[in-house]
Amino acid sequence: MPKKNFINAEHGLLSWLLTGDHKRIAILYLISITVFFFIGGAFAGLIRLELLTPQGDLVSSDTYNKLFTMHGVIMVFLFLVPSVPATIGNFLIPMMIGARDLAFPKINLLSWYLYIAAGTIMLTAMALGGVDTGWTFTTPLSTHYLNTHVLTTAVAVFIAGFSSIFTGLNFIVTIHRMRCPGMTWFRMPLFVWAHYAASILMVLGTPVLAITLVLVGMERVFGIGVFDPTKGGDPLLFQHLFWFYSHPAVYIMILPGMAVISEVVSTFSRKRVFGYTAVAFSSVAIALFGFFVWEHHMFIMGVSNYSALVFSLLTMLVAVPSAIKIFNWCFTLQQGSITFETPMLYAFGFMGLFTIGGLTGVFLGSLGMDIQLTETYFIVAHFHFVMVGGMLMAFLAGVHFWWPKMTGRMYPESLSKLAAVVTFIGFNLTFMPQFILGYLGMPRRYHAYPQEFQVLNVLSTAGATVLGVGYLLPVLYLAWSLKYGAIAGDNPWQATGLEWQTQSPPLTENFPEIPIMDHEAYDYEWLEHKTQHEVTHVG
Amino acid sequence: MDSAIANPHLDHDAAEHEHIVLPQHRHHFATEEQQREAGSFGMWLFLLTEIMFFGGLFFAYLLYRNWYYDAFVAASNQLSIPLGASNTAILITSGFFMALAVWAAEVRKKTLLVIFLIFTIVFGLAFLGIKYVEYHEKYEKHHIPGANFDVSEFINPSAYGLNEKPLPPDAAQKTQMFFFLYFAMTGMHALHMIIGIGLLFWLLARAQRGDFTNGYVAPIENFGLYWHFVDIVWLFLFPLLYLINRHPLAH
Repeated sequence: MPKKNFINAEHGLLSWLLTGDHKRIAILYLISITVFFFIGGAFAGLIRLELLTPQGDLVSSDTYNKLFTMHGVIMVFLFLVPSVPATIGNFLIPMMIGARDLAFPKINLLSWYLYIAAGTIMLTAMALGGVDTGWTFTTPLSTHYLNTHVLTTAVAVFIAGFSSIFTGLNFIVTIHRMRCPGMTWFRMPLFVWAHYAASILMVLGTPVLAITLVLVGMERVFGIGVFDPTKGGDPLLFQHLFWFYSHPAVYIMILPGMAVISEVVSTFSRKRVFGYTAVAFSSVAIALFGFFVWEHHMFIMGVSNYSALVFSLLTMLVAVPSAIKIFNWCFTLQQGSITFETPMLYAFGFMGLFTIGGLTGVFLGSLGMDIQLTETYFIVAHFHFVMVGGMLMAFLAGVHFWWPKMTGRMYPESLSKLAAVVTFIGFNLTFMPQFILGYLGMPRRYHAYPQEFQVLNVLSTAGATVLGVGYLLPVLYLAWSLKYGAIAGDNPWQATGLEWQTQSPPLTENFPEIPIMDHEAYDYEWLEHKTQHEVTHVG
Repeated sequence: MDSAIANPHLDHDAAEHEHIVLPQHRHHFATEEQQREAGSFGMWLFLLTEIMFFGGLFFAYLLYRNWYYDAFVAASNQLSIPLGASNTAILITSGFFMALAVWAAEVRKKTLLVIFLIFTIVFGLAFLGIKYVEYHEKYEKHHIPGANFDVSEFINPSAYGLNEKPLPPDAAQKTQMFFFLYFAMTGMHALHMIIGIGLLFWLLARAQRGDFTNGYVAPIENFGLYWHFVDIVWLFLFPLLYLINRHPLAH
């Protein structure tokens, strides 16, 4: 292990809590996000436990409403949105473009504190009795009919939103202004491109959520009626504004996942990503189209048939850039020297599950199908295939892939492969039955259901248990590896990114001196030359 | 920046030559120029988020104005054009002094900078004072939305000595929507003014210490962008709320 690195550069709790180092802030985020993931996961566990039997016997229907709301709010706003960008992205973007830090280190730290404040307020609201609006805060339910802690939760989401805005803003400025000499836009790793696209969504979308929540709050506190039909307001306006953010938000969640997959697939096929430019622009295209599809969440809410038609068409267009990515990753694999390290297993999981999730999204984007399937478990399964099967797999791929860089140590290889397989099996067992349940007509958000749905629900709950094991395993062995893992060395995967050309864990300002990018991204020949050169030098 | 990237050696040399003079220079930036560009770019992006933030309100205004046109016209007639117009002039003047302050910082004239910042604050406060007068009038007339909201002036305008078209009761109720949006939009704007004036006091204190007249003008410049943005929001609010389609009786 290198003697001097960012972890041992300073000591004491304060040196972490007041740090400006993007790598340390990434570690802070990684710890806090893991905590919230398991809190959100615990709610999911209780939901699955209730659904083991057809009778609503474990919890009352009110409690059940709170369980799925708090599962959704925590997972969406405190896990999925910041998951990859705030942790892995925060750690890597400056290193990948050869910069010493993000452009605004203090704002980066502020963004973590806002995240913690949001999390604390949310947990307080939950301790005081929770909230049961669903994660969508739908009006007038949220503004007039519920006496739970809607306002407190809305404040928490508002603050979490600003945390996300600041992360996105920091990334955009950094990518524009801080690239090292020679790092042109088309020499950047695709990881950076995808984060750039996601950041645009964060910066443009999140403020709309903020003003919407302000209006919901004002409606609850002062009784203003912007969304109140009894005062001439329009509840549908709320949905338009809410989904104007919350649909792009799913691309905020998935694009950084795609970012990870590009790096992993290229490294373990030892080939440049096929169609680099197409993959780079497909990220931007997803961000762009992502802003014009929000109404597909409202097809059954009484919107005009003509606008529904347009939004349906636009929704299907998003499938094009997503497919460009999947196809290009497949072509990257073609004739590559593929190896099956743990991150690659997760990446394969991502590609399969995301494809299923994405294709069922096309079902839901078509008008007639949507009316049949919306508000059923089909939606739940679709969303979890994209977000859990896609994003969470990518998150785990990324954590494993860059773990040696972050900590300087390797994780245990066979145990982690086992975890990847367990996660994949558990995931499919949990959510595949939900597609069938939804197709058969089981509505979501009820704690009781007819007898005939039980077998599939039991399968799903059993799968959730397996999945839980799959998630606990990495926490345990990654913690173990901090002390007992093998020393990783600078570049254990022989990857080409600039982050791999410096020591592990890196120095406080990443590089002894600012690198000069004199080759294309994913140039494995350059890496070979460099390695040979170093060997002869040492020899 | 981009052209410098295209020629890496040029940029590299520049970085070595222009070696760091100011204490404000942060170490993770290669050059001071890079730091300044990053700061102003960050500010522009922040203003973009502000546009999206206000955009939600403007969208709601657009929708309800079309739905409840008569009520919006009647309610809009309640606003005072002289007060609104003088506030517009006052705010533009405040923005003018802010622009002068940026200039003063750039030419390193400390006394002028301090004076211009004070004028910026004074005119900003004057704006808020007039806004208070307007809000107070609405309070006295029971035009603040809520339980005490009074529609009689819109149902029977002649009894109040107004030359207006009387509204049927259900349309008159919709004037409340105008006032929701009026208070939400001008209130959100005023909140930005208050935050801005708070920041101005902080900048003023630092300007007196001479922090911005040694070549380091980024905070003044970036705050100037914010202050002008707040002006521009008002320049949209004023016509939308006060001016357009008043007095349809004249047709």
